[in-house]
Amino acid sequence: MQLSEELRNLYQEVILDHHRSPRNYGKIDHPTHYAEGYNPLCGDHIVLTLQVDSDGRIANARFESKGCAISRASASLMTEEIIGKRIDEVHTLFQRFHEAVTTDTDPSSLQRELGKLIVLLGVRDFPTRVKCATLPWHTLEQALNGGGTATTE
Amino acid sequence: MLTNLHSIPQTEFDVELIRADFPILQQRPYGKPLVYLDNAATTQKPHCVIETITQYYQTTNSNVHRGVHFLSEKATDAYEHAREIVRRFIGAQQIEEIVFTRGTTESINLVASSWGAANLQPGDEILLTVFEHHSNIVPWQLIAERTGARLQVAPLEEDGTFDIERLLERITERTRLVAVAHVSNVLGIVLPIEPIVERAHAVGAVVLVDGAQAVAHLAVNVAQLDCDFYAFSGHKIYGPTGIGVLYGKRALLESMPPYQGGGDMIRRVTFERTTYNDLPYKFEAGTPPIAEAIGLARALEYVSTIGLNTIAAWEEQLVSRCVELLGQIDDVRLLGPKQGRTGVVSFVVDGVHPHDIATFLDRQGIALRAGHHCAQPLMDFFGVPASARFSVAMYNTLEEIEYAISALDECLNFLR
Repeated sequence: MQLSEELRNLYQEVILDHHRSPRNYGKIDHPTHYAEGYNPLCGDHIVLTLQVDSDGRIANARFESKGCAISRASASLMTEEIIGKRIDEVHTLFQRFHEAVTTDTDPSSLQRELGKLIVLLGVRDFPTRVKCATLPWHTLEQALNGGGTATTE
Repeated sequence: MLTNLHSIPQTEFDVELIRADFPILQQRPYGKPLVYLDNAATTQKPHCVIETITQYYQTTNSNVHRGVHFLSEKATDAYEHAREIVRRFIGAQQIEEIVFTRGTTESINLVASSWGAANLQPGDEILLTVFEHHSNIVPWQLIAERTGARLQVAPLEEDGTFDIERLLERITERTRLVAVAHVSNVLGIVLPIEPIVERAHAVGAVVLVDGAQAVAHLAVNVAQLDCDFYAFSGHKIYGPTGIGVLYGKRALLESMPPYQGGGDMIRRVTFERTTYNDLPYKFEAGTPPIAEAIGLARALEYVSTIGLNTIAAWEEQLVSRCVELLGQIDDVRLLGPKQGRTGVVSFVVDGVHPHDIATFLDRQGIALRAGHHCAQPLMDFFGVPASARFSVAMYNTLEEIEYAISALDECLNFLR
């Protein structure tokens, strides 16, 4: 069976690797920030805990999830990207990422800002899967804005 | 006099002839042959149904039960003839017992709002099963909140099989209504309706059967089942969307207050008082889905020509093959029983989410459903957020099943 280029682009080796062995998986015992994300359409569920320093820098991030390869890989990549960044930087990164997966901006112009997140741009060809990639980020925003439950609906 | 459309003599079943009747099956998504295995969500439409709807708009379109002009009479005749076809198809005794609705969901909401509000009291019980579709859960929750009635839920066994005794033992003097799926949209279990009706009637309770997943797959005769209400949708039996049926026993329907108010459901309106129209019009406020009702009737005639027993025998082969092949793939867990399932095969795979499976198979031209199938309590029972589901129709082939399972096997090798 021939795999289409879109499929190979969606499920790149980096994504499958983060899906099979997610980084920063688990929970922080006494987090400063916490939120749950939920996609009612597919039942994806993510729990995100953060440790934010007094100077507004994300010292640690952990997640647990029940979900598809895309949402899990996206969460794993997200935690890697945000640890060490200031909250304002993280907000900007989310905006860039959201823009990147929902528009057709030339990927090469986004490489510098998005770093490793660029591998998730394959969802562009799969409109129903964009929410899988953005669920961890909506959950992050929710956690930083006081916690609670984020949904993609 | 019970005349049932299922008794029409059948010719030999040839799936290729059937396939030729469904224009959409010629589609080639992503350049691959379409393998449509999402029939429990909605079925495709045969040419005769599409043509009937087109013809209606080209030659007959008018409002029904209103004008005395040529087209209005023609449309009214066609609409009422459609009702008669439905009556015969499900073996109802009287035409007044056939109410057209927008679909199964509206049929159930009609009973919950009308019968429920008039009959339920605090402490009364409504009995459901754990595998009901949300459309046979939420309307009862809404009416329970308003009336003080309580929901009771018949469980599954731990291995996902269903023991009818567990349901029967929950029917008590407090039970006012039992609302159950005839066929589960996830498990494919066929519920034995007769013993449920017998026990329910013995305690004075009424029985509503959600036939959404049943009517296209097995011959239904409401007089034999003796259920009080039977609900189904047109679009799941090769008919158009936007049309459904509520069968109700005449005495019950007579005793129930109207569901919605408006034109067609009245006899005389003054600002002081309104008298309502006779059955079934009392429950059909506003301009009904006329073309859709006529399209549905054509679909039922089409199904009857082939014969539901013939269809059921073919689909049984498809489902058995699907279950057998799935059993050969490591870490695939079937939801529900291996045998005795109708129409649907739901499963989960360790370490692979159903959405990834659905995306992967979609690009091979295969349509299947991934998600909670509007049965979240059942997903909770199995401890999974979602499942994948193949669901068959009469136009599916054994080759399609084999192609889909081999694509699934490749998908799992790739993703795991």
